[in-house]
Amino acid sequence: MSAASNAGPASGHDAHAHDAAHGDHGESHGSFKGYMTGFVLSVILTAIPFILVMGDVLGNDRLTGLVIMGFAVVQIVVHMIYFLHMNTKSEGGWTILALIFTLTLVIITLTGSLWVMYHLNTNMMPMHMHTR
Amino acid sequence: MASHSIAMNAVGAAGKNPVDSTAFYDAKGEHHPEGSTMLGFWLYLMSDCLIFAALFATYAVVGRNYAAGPSPKDLFDLPLVALNTSMLLFSSITYGFAMLEMERGYLARCQLWLAVTGLFGIAFVGLELYEFQHLIHEGATPQRSAFLSAFFTLVGTHGLHVTLGIVWLVTLMVQVHRRGLVPENKRRLLCLSMFWHFLDVIWIGVFTFVYLMGVLQ
Repeated sequence: MSAASNAGPASGHDAHAHDAAHGDHGESHGSFKGYMTGFVLSVILTAIPFILVMGDVLGNDRLTGLVIMGFAVVQIVVHMIYFLHMNTKSEGGWTILALIFTLTLVIITLTGSLWVMYHLNTNMMPMHMHTR
Repeated sequence: MASHSIAMNAVGAAGKNPVDSTAFYDAKGEHHPEGSTMLGFWLYLMSDCLIFAALFATYAVVGRNYAAGPSPKDLFDLPLVALNTSMLLFSSITYGFAMLEMERGYLARCQLWLAVTGLFGIAFVGLELYEFQHLIHEGATPQRSAFLSAFFTLVGTHGLHVTLGIVWLVTLMVQVHRRGLVPENKRRLLCLSMFWHFLDVIWIGVFTFVYLMGVLQ
């Protein structure tokens, strides 16, 4: 980020600014190392849930479910950082703000739907069983 | 930093001709030659995320209503899903390589990685279509149960996104071939990059929540 700030005032000197800008460019858009780190982490974080489920390693479905959800959340964060280059500074913080707002809505949508419909199902249960 | 970017935005807004917009690109030292395209595209992705949230919520609610039909355990073929997942993951990293070559200005190598990405994308969509065709052949059609309706809608919407991503990718490859790695094409490639990686993020939710959790139940 400091490279960008340095390049800003020096915009008159085109060649100079260009070089500085390119240095920063590579940083903010990931490097080979960054992509590889993200890829290796993703492969590990994908392989473990599949092994856990296909091999029934933990022997407990509820526990396995919770663990693979945890892996999914971690992998989403890995993708956000290494592939989508998410950080608190890009676009002056507006991207992260939009993301937080969206995540809030997503959580409300998911938990709200499940919560409401679970209670609805519970209330419907006696009638459901009766008809059977 | 804030005042700095405001000043730079003012320069960008004032600079209508191509020369000025190039200067803006260099001075800001970031990936967007024309102001806030990246932020705008990010906001689109967030709205797309809400569409998927609604579809995930629907699946979560009705995902166990089998209507005496087949359950995920009967239907899902996890090795196939694992293969599918790896296709999308490989396409993510190859797109990353294409972006790195773009940054360094190597047109041919960038095109090559884009082509590889496209092939992985096609493999993903192909495997998904094979899976769908297999399910429908077994009588597990979207009309069979609420679970299957929600399943086909969620996974199908994701597959449609990937398909359109491939169309977009081919379009950009033609544009890069004709005009080279000009700032406009770089901006477009960056937008598609975000779109492509975003679809991979959604797929993490799909394979965990739909396939793996489905088989667990």
